[in-house]
Amino acid sequence: MPEILVYAEVQKGEIKKGAFEITSKAKALGGQVSACIIGKDVEGLAGELGKYGADKIYVVDGPEFENYLTEPYVQALAHVAGLVNPSIIFISASAQGKDLTPALAARLKVGSISDCVDLSMEGDKVIAKRPMFAGKAYATVEALGNPQVLSIRPNSFGVEEIAGAGDVEKVDVSLDTSKIKAVVKSVEVTESEEPDQTEAEIIVAGGRGMDNGENFKLLEELAHAFGPTATVGASRAAVDAGWIEHGYQIGQTGKTVSPNLYIAAGISGAIQHLAGMNTSKVIVAINKDPEAPIFSKADYGVVGDLFEIIPKLTEEIKKIKGQ
Amino acid sequence: MNSVVCVKQVPDTETLIKLNADGTGIETAGIKWIMNPFDEYAVEEAVRQKEKSGGAVTLVCLGPDQALDAIRSGLAMGADTAVHINDAEFAAKADPYATAVALAAAIKDLEYDAIFCGKQAVDDDAGQVASILGELLDLPVITIVIKFELSDDGKTAIVTREIEGGHAVIEVPLPAIFTAQKGLNEPRYASLPQIMKAKKKPVTVKTVADLGVSAEPMTVIKGMELPPERQAGKMIEGADAAAKAAALAKALHEEAEVI
Ligand SMILES: Cc1cc2nc3c(=O)[nH]c(=O)nc-3n(C[C@H](O)[C@H](O)[C@H](O)COP(=O)(O)OP(=O)(O)OC[C@H]3O[C@@H](n4cnc5c(N)ncnc54)[C@H](O)[C@@H]3O)c2cc1C
Ligand SMILES: Nc1ncnc2c1ncn2[C@@H]1O[C@H](COP(=O)(O)O)[C@@H](O)[C@H]1O
Repeated sequence: MPEILVYAEVQKGEIKKGAFEITSKAKALGGQVSACIIGKDVEGLAGELGKYGADKIYVVDGPEFENYLTEPYVQALAHVAGLVNPSIIFISASAQGKDLTPALAARLKVGSISDCVDLSMEGDKVIAKRPMFAGKAYATVEALGNPQVLSIRPNSFGVEEIAGAGDVEKVDVSLDTSKIKAVVKSVEVTESEEPDQTEAEIIVAGGRGMDNGENFKLLEELAHAFGPTATVGASRAAVDAGWIEHGYQIGQTGKTVSPNLYIAAGISGAIQHLAGMNTSKVIVAINKDPEAPIFSKADYGVVGDLFEIIPKLTEEIKKIKGQ
Repeated sequence: MNSVVCVKQVPDTETLIKLNADGTGIETAGIKWIMNPFDEYAVEEAVRQKEKSGGAVTLVCLGPDQALDAIRSGLAMGADTAVHINDAEFAAKADPYATAVALAAAIKDLEYDAIFCGKQAVDDDAGQVASILGELLDLPVITIVIKFELSDDGKTAIVTREIEGGHAVIEVPLPAIFTAQKGLNEPRYASLPQIMKAKKKPVTVKTVADLGVSAEPMTVIKGMELPPERQAGKMIEGADAAAKAAALAKALHEEAEVI
């Protein structure tokens, strides 16, 4: 039975959904599952991981972990890895996870695999499938070292309630402060309730056809009608025009997403945009040009003026949702 | 401030990816190669810092003969010199770990206050090399940087990095490693005279053996596949926008069952 260590990220006082996804996946792969949470005042959250398959939960709790910084988090997680001696480590490929994973692997003197979307076991080794070229191809990859360290793309696996023993243990980590050179001066996080694009189940994206930044309100209203798992996205043309922040950009040089529903409004469907969203389960294209390439990838196409269609669609969704 | 910038040559983002005959990699014939887009931000930032406070910019690139084009593009943007680790065999099977070992060996003999990398290479999409480099060179690494400022005494960098839903400002003593995200700056287009001048700038060529290191990859690609081609689906018809919107909402609710 492989010994799997899962890093469970805490954000805004809650364990992130991605952490539950990888915990339940670890359990489903037949592992003995340990989880680790790191932060300030996070001890009370730990028990929840037991519901999703964690047999043991290690808690590293202290003021020095209030804000994420690579080095102290690497030290803490490497310390827990030393206690658990796992053969596999899973980290959700969130913004934080993408920073932490290669640094942890390097500290443990092994390689790591980024942004895995599928996993299987071959004996005691985990084999991963991951996109390359922003999803234009998929590679089957094996990490040769021990432990195998993998970051897992959010939304790749469902959250399953499979109880583990759920024993919580607090761990004291004495940090080697001589290695902690960087200092977090300030952190600014918007209080928006919207999920990150990479974790949203529904994305309503706008492109050059939106004409200006103000009009993105139409997309926000539609996203709100869909509910709290929906958010807004954008093409690079819209970002470069300054209509919306770069964090919203979907595509090869933006975010790669695979929500249940992706609505592309006023987006032509350039190859770099498609690369970032073509694994979405259902794609809807709304475009006034019937020849727009996006239609050849869309499950549902609507030819028409987005400024007429989006507000009507928002009304219809509200009706369905009983709002 | 002296900077080192790691630049990788990658297929143009327009490229339609096809697999090679045995399905272990991509078909490279006919591909147009470019400097990794995120490395352009890295080069631009290093050149801007040089223009502000002096110093020199050295590019380091691991790649075969043709990677010289990416190096020349960076020199045309204003970098001064380059080290080309020209080792086709090593580069072909290098994973991020092996790449970082080679880059670290080339970098350790250079003078630098900052090392800039791209946020990720848009071919392997790993986002790992800079972090491994940090471990090998024992330097702090700040990833996903969208703003870079040097302190007045030139000893510290104050950078803004993207985090989920916002930004964090980090202060770090130099030397340190930074990965460039879109938004850090607007990379310049090299002028013709700069392109001509770049052809005369010195490029030191080395093999991995010259650098005195060896590294076996820590990850192996066992196979590659292309995602299933998406098919055009249904066109939603309707007399007007209201009818189309209603038909779409119904299809999403009852047929696709995504709402
Ligand atoms: C190195 C590199 C990296 C890149 N990375 C990315 C990336 O990550 N993401 C990305 O998106 N792009 C990326 N691009 C850019 C990409 O090539 C395209 O330029 C971009 O995606 C086009 O955006 P768009 O579809 O919004 O604009 P356009 O191609 O201009 O399309 C606008 C569409 O809106 C439609 N339209 C206009 N008005 C209306 C209306 N009222 N109602 C309905 N439809 C309307 C038009 O018919 C048209 O199809 C990259 C390019 C390069 C070179
Ligand atoms: N072969 C290479 N030569 C030079 N720099 C590289 C190479 N591979 C990766 N890098 C650097 O590391 C960054 C991240 O690459 P990766 O970890 O492969 O996504 C790139 O943007 C480059 O700055």
